[in-house]
Amino acid sequence: MSEKNIIKIKDPILSIQNLSVAYDKNNYAVKDVSVEVKKNTVTAIMGPSGCGKSTLLRALNRMHELYENIETKGTVLLNGQDIYKLPTIRVRRMTGMVFQRPNPFPTMSIYDNVIAGYKLNGIRLKKSEKDEIVERSLRDVVLWEEVKDSLFKKGTFLSGGQQQRLCIARALAFGPEVILLDEPTSALDPVATSKVEDLLTKLKENYTIILVTHNMAQAARISDYSLFMYLGELVEYDKTKNMFTNPQDKRTEEYLTGKFG
Amino acid sequence: MNSDKITRIVLYSFSFLIILVAGGMVFSLVGGAIPAIKTFGLQFIWSNVWDPTEGSENYGALPFIAGTLITSFVALILCLPLSLATSLFLGEYFRNTRIARIIGLMVDLLAGIPSIVYGLWGFYVLRPFLIDMGFENQGFGVFTSSLILAIMIIPYATSLGNEIISMVPNDLKEAAYSMGATRMEVISTVILPTARSGIFAGYILAFGRALGETMAVTMLIGNSNRVPDSFFGTGNTMASVIANQFGEADGLKLSSLIVIGLLLFLITGIVNGIGKLIIKKMG
Ligand SMILES: Nc1ncnc2c1ncn2[C@@H]1O[C@H](COP(=O)(O)OP(=O)(O)OP(=O)(O)O)[C@@H](O)[C@H]1O
Ligand SMILES: [Mg+2]
Repeated sequence: MSEKNIIKIKDPILSIQNLSVAYDKNNYAVKDVSVEVKKNTVTAIMGPSGCGKSTLLRALNRMHELYENIETKGTVLLNGQDIYKLPTIRVRRMTGMVFQRPNPFPTMSIYDNVIAGYKLNGIRLKKSEKDEIVERSLRDVVLWEEVKDSLFKKGTFLSGGQQQRLCIARALAFGPEVILLDEPTSALDPVATSKVEDLLTKLKENYTIILVTHNMAQAARISDYSLFMYLGELVEYDKTKNMFTNPQDKRTEEYLTGKFG
Repeated sequence: MNSDKITRIVLYSFSFLIILVAGGMVFSLVGGAIPAIKTFGLQFIWSNVWDPTEGSENYGALPFIAGTLITSFVALILCLPLSLATSLFLGEYFRNTRIARIIGLMVDLLAGIPSIVYGLWGFYVLRPFLIDMGFENQGFGVFTSSLILAIMIIPYATSLGNEIISMVPNDLKEAAYSMGATRMEVISTVILPTARSGIFAGYILAFGRALGETMAVTMLIGNSNRVPDSFFGTGNTMASVIANQFGEADGLKLSSLIVIGLLLFLITGIVNGIGKLIIKKMG
């Protein structure tokens, strides 16, 4: 265990300590994972299907607690605060989440989708404040120019890539510290994918990004740090550059060279 | 002739027979309605006289149209909170659980109980209860009928709503949860708006059911041929007046009852058409 290649981060924004998650008793999907995440970076979570990537990601905003009988052990510190000691709702507001399939709310306009976080939480804003948040968030995801004349149309009329950027805008609107993305481009075509990738690279100036991806090339292109998981365990955690050029663990190497996964 | 051809001919003649039967039914009903239509004209619809006195016979459908619409509408209002709660219970809170299956089965069971059994229960259980509660008219009337109707249409209002609610994609709910929404907020801002038209269509179809319900209403509404004078007053619906009077009716009266039947068919058809249209539009 001690020889695992897991680098330390100075002043991490997120510190995961001995985190284990089980869907049912004694059947752990994430086993004793300890990782620190650096502010304003893109960190990629990689690993073969079923290794616990989504479970780990969802444990960072306690979304996994939507399932019944979930068991969580360990500590997750966000800005030094233990998120398992805070109210769930507050934790989820401090993080933004983007899903595999673009999922704008079909009954809401583009405008309402962006400010959905405020609506859902019952926060009333002045019209001018709303306008400002909508414009800023849509500019952040480079969607403003494309939709500024159709803000009050349904978000579901947009293309898949535009919808996904709208969902990212929705996640940003509330001003989260960390953005969690679970394979956000796996349902997109190559052009839309590369737009989202460019966007994430840009967004890390203001946010910390954690990205689950199946696509190794994507991890290599846009992430600063990578972690590799296997059967629920953290196998290796390093700067992406080091991991891809010089993986320390045999399983990482085999995965990266396409021997399995 | 080969067997293929024979099969085809048999199939064709059977389908033709069905068209013939349906067409013949409409034709004879319309034929039976003609005397009343000739005598009263369109005025039949909004006239509220029902006078079978020989020599001065005069009939109008308004009391029954009003009775039907009022009882069905009140039934719908009464059933709304109950069936919405049940739909949410089955389609969201306890989706795919054993308890939801059991309750779902019981709701379906409600749909299978014959109308006359509801009527009996209403007559021997609900009515005495309402009398004890201080209702006049021996517990007969619009309110009692609406109450029974409300129970009878719960399965129709619930099953579609439940199905549509359980079909709201999980990732929409998760998107809302991930922004810090509580379950109530997810229901009110994501689930209900997304399932809105389906729930609405369910209510319309349930309303359509209530319009045509006959036996239980006939036993409970009090069978007075006037526009109900109050919420708790007696009255008659289109279906119940037919059930109540066709046996002793002939001539102009029978013809008037047939017109009422055709009107009921028309109203129910329109209501069901609207419901089906909404469902079709949802895709
Ligand atoms: N809701 C659930 N209930 C029970 N077990 C689950 C549930 N979700 C996931 N699991 C199990 O937990 C393990 C990890 O699943 P997880 O979804 O985290 O993997 P993943 O790495 O994201 O996989 P993929 O690449 O296919 O998305 C798997 O064995 C899976 O079967
Ligand atoms: Mg996953």
